[in-house]
Order: sequence, then structure tokens, then C-alpha cells
Amino acid sequence: MKAAIVVFPGINRERDMAIALEASVGRKPRMVWHKETDLDGLDLVVIPGGFSYGDYLRCGAMASQSPVMGAIRAHAARGGHILGVCNGFQILTEAGLLPGALLRNANLRFLSMDCHLRVERADTVFTAQYQAGGVFRSPMAHGDGNFFADAPTLDRLEGENRVAFRYATAGGAVTQEANRNGSARNIAGIYSENLRVLGLMPHPEDLVDPLMGGTDGKPLFDGLVAGLTDTRAA
Amino acid sequence: MAKEVNQALAREFGLSADEYANVLTIMGRTPSLTELGIFSVMWSEHCSYKSSRVWLKTLPTTAPWVIHGPGENAGVVDIGEGLAAIFKMESHNHPSFIEPYQGAATGVGGILRDVFTMGARPIANLNALRFGDPKLAVTKRIVDGVVRGIGGYGNCVGVPTVGGEINFHPSYNGNPLVNAMTVGIADQDKIFLSAAAGVGNPVVYVGSKTGRDGIHGATMASAEFGKDSEEKRPTVQVGDPFTEKLLIEACLELMATDAIVAIQDMGAAGLTSSSVEMAGKGGVGIELDLDAVPQREAGMTAYEMMLSESQERMLIIVRPDRQDMARAIFEKWDLDFAVIGHLTETGRIVVRHKGVVEADIPLDPLAEQAPLYHRPWVETPKRAALGAVADPVGLGAALETLIACPDLASRSWVWDQYDSTVGGQTVKRPGASDAAIVKIEGRRRALALTTDCTPRYVLADPEAGGAQAVAEAWRNITATGARPLAITDNMNFANPEKPEIMGQFAGAVRGISAACVALDFPVVSGNVSLYNETEGRPILPTPAIGGLGVLEDAAQAVGLGLTPGLDLVLVGATEGWLGQSLWLREIAGREEGPPPPVDLAAERFNGDFVRGQILSGHVRACHDVSDGGLLVAVAEMVMAGGAGARLLPGPAEVTAHAFWFGEDQARYVLAVPDAAAVLQAAAFAGVPAMRLGESVVGDLTLPDGAAMSVAALRTANERFFRAWMD
Amino acid sequence: MKAVVTVMLKAGVLDPQGKAIGQALQGLGFEGLGEVRAGKVIELEIAGSDKPTVQAQAEEMARKLLANMVIESFKVEVA
Repeated sequence: MKAAIVVFPGINRERDMAIALEASVGRKPRMVWHKETDLDGLDLVVIPGGFSYGDYLRCGAMASQSPVMGAIRAHAARGGHILGVCNGFQILTEAGLLPGALLRNANLRFLSMDCHLRVERADTVFTAQYQAGGVFRSPMAHGDGNFFADAPTLDRLEGENRVAFRYATAGGAVTQEANRNGSARNIAGIYSENLRVLGLMPHPEDLVDPLMGGTDGKPLFDGLVAGLTDTRAA
Repeated sequence: MAKEVNQALAREFGLSADEYANVLTIMGRTPSLTELGIFSVMWSEHCSYKSSRVWLKTLPTTAPWVIHGPGENAGVVDIGEGLAAIFKMESHNHPSFIEPYQGAATGVGGILRDVFTMGARPIANLNALRFGDPKLAVTKRIVDGVVRGIGGYGNCVGVPTVGGEINFHPSYNGNPLVNAMTVGIADQDKIFLSAAAGVGNPVVYVGSKTGRDGIHGATMASAEFGKDSEEKRPTVQVGDPFTEKLLIEACLELMATDAIVAIQDMGAAGLTSSSVEMAGKGGVGIELDLDAVPQREAGMTAYEMMLSESQERMLIIVRPDRQDMARAIFEKWDLDFAVIGHLTETGRIVVRHKGVVEADIPLDPLAEQAPLYHRPWVETPKRAALGAVADPVGLGAALETLIACPDLASRSWVWDQYDSTVGGQTVKRPGASDAAIVKIEGRRRALALTTDCTPRYVLADPEAGGAQAVAEAWRNITATGARPLAITDNMNFANPEKPEIMGQFAGAVRGISAACVALDFPVVSGNVSLYNETEGRPILPTPAIGGLGVLEDAAQAVGLGLTPGLDLVLVGATEGWLGQSLWLREIAGREEGPPPPVDLAAERFNGDFVRGQILSGHVRACHDVSDGGLLVAVAEMVMAGGAGARLLPGPAEVTAHAFWFGEDQARYVLAVPDAAAVLQAAAFAGVPAMRLGESVVGDLTLPDGAAMSVAALRTANERFFRAWMD
Repeated sequence: MKAVVTVMLKAGVLDPQGKAIGQALQGLGFEGLGEVRAGKVIELEIAGSDKPTVQAQAEEMARKLLANMVIESFKVEVA
């Protein structure tokens, strides 16, 4: 699998993502500066977390206008896979590659803690190594992770089975208490229509090493390697 | 500005009559306004350490593993494998009272720059915070702003905030303490210093533009607060963590080349202190052309530019043949890059603006004749011994009160707002172990980090309190299995012109020195913040200690969370010392007696034993015994891990409440699979140890039979912050 | 000319900041307070003297970057 991580000014979890990818892929991913415009030959483009442009206007707004975004759109149009985590998810919604928007957390405070995610479907390349309905733990760290979309959009996302993860209890119950940032319908991550673009707020890349307290995030990256290495020729 | 320079103006700038007379002697004429400004900031308490220097010189600063001690931007220690840890703690107290969010945020930004200016990538932030009485509305506002400011800056720059401490006391009502610590990692052969060299070499300004922010911040940091502090708001700087992040990346990129001769951040007194110190340390002269300084505001004067404390700026002496490459790096990161002068052989700082020489000062006398005061001091009187104190409530009720009190309540409300995992190397997050554990990327090696001070002990006995702060930092590192290496100290005291305050300072320094020597734990960097009083009310003396240790393998680190099926062993002797304990304050309502004595030989002996047990793999959890005493320590292990515990009665010769709530030092609680083996090893080593009980699935059961569920303990422990702030 | 762009969350989008400001104002004793909503104001200096042209330019900027039309609405005033 050929993977690249896009680096915007102010992104700060690119190293975490590179470590997680290297652990699953076996080699370092390519790091792409936001002024580059060539993403040919890549299986996976990752937009990592952080504070692109300081999140000064709106989280992800300025990054979504960056030169590299044209290449990312082209990659998506080719049917390429894209993973956007945290700020990366915000950038994808600002760019219109995923629906909805991420508002300030309902309690108006930054939230840094572990959360539990219920896997809504296990037949995508991102979740193939999880169980549908299963739960995994992940760190999260954001000030604006409150997923919002209007009711028809939410209905459509659910109707098309495009909700990737929901905030849940460790036992898998989708409750209000588990939904710390106040996201609509506990949504933590969503897919594009072709299921090849995934955006999520939590950071599975920060839980791929037993030394850091667990490997709950590793199946996501292992699944990508297994899925994208096999289908490359296709 | 048409102000006439005279003694009255000098006084307004914080220079005494004697100091101004010396300025006149050095200059041989009346200084210009800009020159007076430069003298006033360089000779301020903040930059010159004029009241504290004679005492700071007595601190032990060397060890075989110390690469650079005090005198550089931060301390540097050898952590093995060719790597160095670079760290320092610094105060931002006054700005945080005036504008809590920006004060705390720029405090974090400033200490980050002190560390990455030496070539280190910052890998962890900690902060030691002291606030006033939680019953006051203003305290709530300050806590909220400071926590948001630390998070706002640290989260954005992408350096995990992994630890720290918070105390409350009414003495901090008008004067909170915000002490921020940053730790970075560099290759030992890629450490950058600030001494300028090479006559003719360009002086390069990088980072943000200069505005009128924080003019005279350094002199403000050296003055007592009066009623007019509220009106000093315009001098507060605003932080820009996004630019700081770019500056970190750009500087590290430049540092990977051979372009840099010397580099220093523009901290307090910005352009003045950086240029004066760099040239002074290098024994060269420096000439600045202020027309070339990137400016955010129109019509700035030389005086304003030299004294501006605009944030996120650095000064670099660059090799002339690498100037274009350096410029390209900063332009890639959208940062200003301007050649604003060059080094000379004159030994003077010459500042030009619009064709006029605005300042021309000889550097040697500016540094060497900086004031140095042997302030009069008096020894702090010893507190009368505390007689027997009866237990009015019993163990269970006291425990419930203590774990819910502001000084012991869970800090998770605070940690939950700090990104503690960014970087992907955080092995033990806040609350999981006595010291935070952060691994070094790509290695097995990890650092153990903590901040500690018990101000009420320091007030009651500065020498014992100073030693205790160092000992507790050493203990917290030891309790994870790490080897303590060195400390940074942040000395927060009140007005040094008062002999009893200077006596507190002197006593604390003596105690810190003794502990550093006994524990092989030298001071490698630090900061002094004086005049911390409002309308004559002094803060508790607060020498905050930031400690750093190393673990060869991160997998060896132990936390404090208890799991079921283990024996609990207490290491260290218990006399039942209630003087200055939290039990005495919270349960008996008294703040009396001498603090617990610190037996440094016992600290060393007991700690080395505990670390040996951990590294031999015999220990599943470990927690040092500090605020609140033994029962609080056990309850904290229960709450962190979720297992309960059944405790045995203590020895008959100590009353139960003194045994369980006394704050005797040099003690640890260990959770081990086999108490007999550990007790035998302790007996063999001559270390006092006893079995306390066992961990179980279920409740915490006290020796008197009272039982408390883990959930009830956690609820009591969580209540304070959530009820107060949410 | 100066264009002032006011960006507000659309009606129906939860505005916790506005809610918190409202609660704080009530806490300070201000009575008769209805709904409070928070937004942002962006001032733009734009070259040109033709008001409709500048207006159109500012609106284009708002649509493309300054506002997120999924959650926000804007208005532009040119002076």
C-alpha cells in the first residue's frame, strides 16, 4: 500500500499518523506538503489532526482552500481512499468531500480523553478487521468535534449506511453520556457515498502500541494495508 | 516621545537612585530614553536576578550527566544513547492575574521557545499552578482562564501537556502562580547556544512582527500589585500558537543544517535582552538597524521596538554564506525573516532608527555592573511542636472529607482539557502514575516528569519545605521506576526587600541545596519570581520544583492504579507526623506545628530500594505518600485502578489517625504479588517496611471495618471541580 | 472601501456559545433577556469605489471561505 500524509501548516499529529502507518505498512509514508499538487500513484491519502492555520477562521476552513486540495479531490474522483482524522475530518467537510460540519463541543471545552466507538459496519476497507457492532477504545482530543448535519442529511447518511462509528459506552450502548461532544446521533465518523473516504474525530493512530496503553486502533491500519495492497491492480 | 530623561523617570522605570547614578557613570552623560529603557529592563529583577543571585550561586548544579547547567536558555542533561533532555520551568504569574487566558498561554509559549531555541523538539509540557480561595468568584474566573489558556496554546502547538499540580490557598487570591515547564529532546551533538560570534555576521530576526505588546512586562514582573493592576491590561501580550508551531518547525529545519552560529528567543524585554545577552556572552558588539525590524503597527519608536514583548520571535546569528538558505526555510513556513544588524568588534550595542543613533551602550558594564543585592534577611522562627490532637471524626469520615477537599480533589476536569496524547508517545497520562511517562520517539527509552512543592511546609519551615519539594519530586520519579537526573526550580516569593521574605528565600535555597546534594539531583535551570504580593499580602513561599528522570525501557514504568489480588506494602518509617498536615487543616481546622522533617539519607535509601524492586519486576503499582498521608495514598491507588483494598490495623504505638493521615516523608505504598519476598528484601537492606493489607475486587475496607465503594470514593473525589466549574 | 461581513450560525444550529453568554448575562442580573446568539464580524479593506462591485466581491469571499454555508449565514455591509 502506498500511503501519503498531507501536512498543512499547523497540523500536529502527522508524526503520530506516520508511526501508526509505518507499524502496519512496514515503511514510512510519504509526507506531502500542502503546496504540492501531485498525488498520483497513491492508494491512501491521510489528512491528520492538528490545528491547520491555527483553526483561526473555522476549523479546517483555510486548509480546504489549499493547493493540495485539488489533487485530493482528483484522488477522490479516481476512487482513491482518503482518511481524515480530527482536523482532517473537519477539512474534508469544509472541502465538501464529506457532508455535515463540526461545531464546537457542546460543553464549550476542549475534550481530551478516551472514548469508545461502536463499529457500524465491518465491510469497508477501513473496518474490515473490526466486528460490526463491536466496540473499540480510542483517544480523542478536540475542541470542535460536535458533528452537525440537517435532519435530511442525517437520515440519508443513516439510510445509506454511511455512519462509520458512533460514540458508545465500553459495553456498546449508544447513550447521551457517551456522546461527550454532543454530536448529532452520536456520530463520530462517516463515509463518502463510495465508502472510500472516511472522516472521524477520535485518534485511533494514538492507540497502536501496547506501551501507550493498548492496540485498539491498530486493526484500522492493518485493515487498510490488507485491503489496499490486494486491490491495487484493480 | 518627548519625555525628559531624569531621575524621576528612571524611578518610574523601576531604577533606584543609586542604580540611576550608576547609569550616568557608565554612560558619562544623560542616557536617551531608549538607553534608559534598556538599562531598566536589563537591571530589572526579572532579567538581572539582583536580589536572588547571591543565593542562587549556592545551588548545586553539576553531575556527570549535566551537559549545561543554569546560564543557558534551559538546562541540558545526558539521558543516554547520545540524546539530551533540555528543560526549564518559568513563571508567568503577573500576566496571568491581569488576563488569565493570555497570561497562561504566553507563559507556555515562552517556555517552549526557551527549549526549542537550544535545538530540542519539545515533547512534553507540565505546569505548576496556585490559585486563591475557591469560594471567591475571581478565583473561578482565573482558574477557568488559566486552564483554557494552557490548553489553548499547548493543544494547538501539538506538545502534550502531561502533568503538573494545583494548590489553593487564600494567600494567592490576588496573585495566582502559573509556572510552565517544557521538556525537549535533542541529539547531544546538536545543541545550540546563545553566545554570538563572528564579527560581521548578520543578526537575523525571525517569527512574528513586532507590535506594542507588553512594553515593560519585565519591569511589571518585578513589582508588587497595587489597586491599579486592573488598568495595566494593555501591556499584556497575546499568544499565537499557530505561529509558534511554524516557528518550531522552521527552527528545527534550520537547525538540521550548519547555518546557525547562535540563537536565542525574544522573551521578556524582547529585542533588548536577546541582543544584549547574545553579544555579551560572545564578547562581541552588536549593531541593530530598527528600520529593518518587521513591524505590525505604524509609527513605532526605537524605545517601543526595543522593549516590545511581542511573542513568537527569535534572534539568530547566521553564517553569511547560509543566509539565503535560511531565508528560504522561513519563507516556506510563511514567517518573517529580516537581517536587522550585524556583529561588531566594538563591545557596544548600537541601535539606529531612521538614521539616528538611538542607543549606544558599552555591553560589559551593562552586564557586569548590574545591581547585586545582599538583601537583609531574618531566619524564619521555628514553629512550636504540635501536641497530641484527638480524632474528632474517625478514619472513614476524614478520608471522605480529605479526598473531596480542593487540594486533593481529582484534577481530571483540568487534564481533560489538555491534549496529553499528541505525539503518540505518552506512556502514562496525567493521574496514571506519580510522574508522567513520555517515551522518546523511535526508542525504548522514556522520561519521567513531575512538578512538586508543598507551600504550607515552606511557610512553616523554609529549609525543611525546600528540601521536601526536591525530595517529593525525586520520590515521584522513583515511584515509576525511573532514575531521577535533575531539576529545574521556579522560585516564587513575595517582596525580597522585607527581611522575613528574604529569610524564606534563603531558607528554601538551603533546603533545596541539601536535598540536591543528598539525592544527586542537581539544579540545571530555573527562574525567580519575586514581589508576589498584593497590597502587602504575601503569597506562601513557593519554590516549585520540576523533576526529570529516565527509564531505559518504557515498559518498566509502573503506575499507581491498583489491580486485585496483590499485597500492599508500606516502605518507610511512620511516626504519625500531623504538623502542617492536610488532616490537621481540613479535619481539625488548624494550620499549625512544624512540617514533617525530611531525612535525606532515608529518602535516598528507601527510594533506591523501591526503584530496585520496580526494576526487578516485583512491583505492579507504586505511589508515594504525600499530601493527606497513607490512607489518602491508598485511596488514590484504589480510585486510579478500580480494585478495592482490605487494610490491616497499623502498629499499636501510633494512634490510628496519626498513622493513616500523618505526612511523614520518604514513604511509598507498593502493590506486589508477594509481600513476603519484598519484606525480606527490605529487612535485608535495612529499609523499614510493613504489610498494610491486600487489594481485592470490591470496596476499600478500613481497619476499623468501615467500607467505601470505589464508585463512592470517585464521586467524592470528582465532586469539587465539576460542581465548581460546570 | 470597507466591507463588514457578519457571520452567524443559521437558525436551528445549536449555538452553545450564545447560550453560555445568555446564562452569564442572567447571572449578572440582566433581566428580560431573550435568545442570545454569537457570531463573528470580519472587516475587509477592498480596493475600488464602486459599491455594488465591492459588495459582490465581499459576498464571493464570504461564500468561498468566510462562512460555511452548511452551518452559517452571512450578511455584507459596504461603507
